[in-house]
Amino acid sequence: MYYLWVFLIGGFICMLGQVLIIYTNITSARILVTFVIIGVLLQAFNIFDPISSVARAGINVPIIGFGASLAKGAMSAVKAKGLLGAFTGGLEATAGGIAAAVVFAFIFSLIFKSKTKN
Amino acid sequence: MDNELKKRNEAYNKYVKAKIPKTKAWPSLFNSFIVGGIICCLGQGINDLILYWFPNMAQQTAWAYTLIVLIFLASFLTGIGVYDKIGKFAGGGSIVPITGFSNSITSSALEFKHEGIIYGICVKMFTIAGPVIVTGVVASIAVGIIYLFI
Amino acid sequence: MHIHQTVIFRHKPVIIGSYSIVGPKEGKGNFGPYFNYVMKDDCFGENTYEKAEKKMIQSAIVGAIENAKIKPNDINLMLAGDLLNQIISSSYAARYFNFAYLGLFGACSTIAESLAVGASLVDGGEFDTVVCSTASHFSTAERQFRFPLELGNQRPPTSQWTVTGAGACVIANEGNGPRITMATFGKVIDWGIKDVNNMGAAMAPAAMETMIAHFKDTDTTPDDYDLIVTGDLGKLGSEILIDLMEDNGYKLGINYKDCGQMFYTRNQNTLCGGSGCGCSASVLNSFLIKKLREGEYKKILFMPTGALMSTTATQQGETIPGVCHAIVLESDVNSDQIKENKKRRNKKV
Repeated sequence: MYYLWVFLIGGFICMLGQVLIIYTNITSARILVTFVIIGVLLQAFNIFDPISSVARAGINVPIIGFGASLAKGAMSAVKAKGLLGAFTGGLEATAGGIAAAVVFAFIFSLIFKSKTKN
Repeated sequence: MDNELKKRNEAYNKYVKAKIPKTKAWPSLFNSFIVGGIICCLGQGINDLILYWFPNMAQQTAWAYTLIVLIFLASFLTGIGVYDKIGKFAGGGSIVPITGFSNSITSSALEFKHEGIIYGICVKMFTIAGPVIVTGVVASIAVGIIYLFI
Repeated sequence: MHIHQTVIFRHKPVIIGSYSIVGPKEGKGNFGPYFNYVMKDDCFGENTYEKAEKKMIQSAIVGAIENAKIKPNDINLMLAGDLLNQIISSSYAARYFNFAYLGLFGACSTIAESLAVGASLVDGGEFDTVVCSTASHFSTAERQFRFPLELGNQRPPTSQWTVTGAGACVIANEGNGPRITMATFGKVIDWGIKDVNNMGAAMAPAAMETMIAHFKDTDTTPDDYDLIVTGDLGKLGSEILIDLMEDNGYKLGINYKDCGQMFYTRNQNTLCGGSGCGCSASVLNSFLIKKLREGEYKKILFMPTGALMSTTATQQGETIPGVCHAIVLESDVNSDQIKENKKRRNKKV
C-alpha cells in the first residue's frame, strides 16, 4: 500500500520540477540545484525524516534525497568529529552516489557514442 | 535617446511575450507526474528487494545501494540513447529524480568523448551536474557549521 | 552603384551553378525532393559531427563547381562561413581547395552575406568567378549552443531546429542562370531579446530594418516581388515580422514566406521550424534557384537573418543582436521560354 504514497509524493515532486520548467524556462542544471538546496534545507530543519518515513522512495529518489543526505551527513559528523565533520560529513554520506555516477558515466562514455536526435 | 530605446525594447519584449503560443500545461504536468512516480516506485522496489535479500542491512545502506542501481540504469539508458527520449516525454519527471543527475553526467561525458579522455570526458563530465555538487557541498558545510554552534 | 545600404549591380552577376546537401531528417522535410544530395546518416562517413560539417561544405563546393560546368581552377575566390567557433567548418574545408579564401560570419544570414560580397566583387570586375558556401549541422550547433544530445530535456515551444545542411553556389560575370541584381547590406539591430530559445523574435527587427531599407532605397514595394523569403525566423518570428512591417505601413501578403517555417513537415516535431546557416543556404541552392531557372519565379527578395550571439555573451546577460542581408535574384528566363518549358513538361506527362 505504501507504494501509492511513493508514487503520489514522488510524482508530485517531479511535477513541481515541470512547473518550474514551464513557468520559468529554467534548464536542467538550475532545476537540479534548486531541488538539492530544498533537500538540504528540509534536513537542516529536521523535516526530511518525518516525510521520508511516509514517502520513502518518493522523496529519497528525487534529488531532494541527495541534498538531504549531504546535510544529514554533515550534521551527524559534526556531532562526532566537531568542525572537521562539517567538511567531511556531507561528501562522505553521498560518496556512493557521486562515485557511481562518475564511474558509470566514464565507462559508458567509452563504450557508447552520442546519437543525433530526431 | 537611451530612454527611448529602453522603452522600445521593453514594449517589444512585452509584445513578444504575448505573441508566444500558449501551450497547455496539463498534459506535460501529467506526464512528469506519471513518469516521476514510476521512477520513485522503481526505486522503492529495488530498495525492498535489497532489504529482502539482505535483511540485516541498515536502511541507510540500502538506500545507498538503491541509488547506485538507479544511477547505473539511467547511465546505461543514456548510453544506448533511450533516456533523452524519456526526457522529451516526461520533462521534470525524469530530471528531478537521481536518474536525471546521472543522465546529465553521462550525456555530457558522451558528448565530448571525441575531445579525448582527459580534456573531453573527464573535463566536460560535470558541465551540467557540477553546480549540483558544488551548491550541495557548500550548503551542507554551512548547515554543519551552524549545527555546531546550536 | 549604391544608394544608402543597397548596391545595384551594373553587370548583374550570374549564379551559374548551385548544389545542396542535407541530412536524413531534412531529406524527409518539405523540400526533400529538391535537394541534390541527402546524406544517409548525419556523420557523413566521418567520426565526428564537426568533421561531417566540414565535409558537407567541401562536397557542396565540389558539387556546385560541377553543376556550373567549369573547372576548379576557374574559381578565383571562395567565400564561406558557418556557425561554429572560429568558423572552423569553412576554413578547414578551404584547405582542400586551391582558391583564395575569405571567411565570413553572419550567423544564419551568412549565405546572403557571402552572395552579396561575392556579387559585389564580381560586379566590380575584381574577380571573374567566386564560390559561396555555408553549412550548419544540428549536432554541432546543439553541443556548442545548447545541451548534450543525450540529455533528457524538453525544448521550449519557441525553439527551432538547426538544419543539417549545406549549400554552395558559383557566381560569375557571365553565363546562364538567375542573376543577382541588387543587394542590401543590413545593420546590426538589437531590440533587447534575451531568450536564446526565441531567435525568431530576436532577429525579426533586423529583418524589418533591412526590408524597409531595401524598399526605400530601391523604391519598390512588397508587390514588386514574386516571392519575399526570409531565412530562419521560424513560425513565431515571421508572424512578428508581418506585424512589424504592418506597423511601418508595408503589408506582406501571400508572397512572403520563411524558409525555416516551410522546411520541416508538421509531424517532424520541430516546434517553430528550422534554423541555422544550412536552412536558408540549402533552400536557396535547391528549391529557389530551380524555380528561378525554370522561370516560375521571376524576382525574389532573399533575406536570411542571423542572430549574432555567443554562449559567453549570453551567460554574461547580453541581449541578442540580429542582422539581415537581402539580395534580389531575377530569373533570366523570358516569358516565351517559360511557355516552352511548360509545353515540354506537359508533353512528358
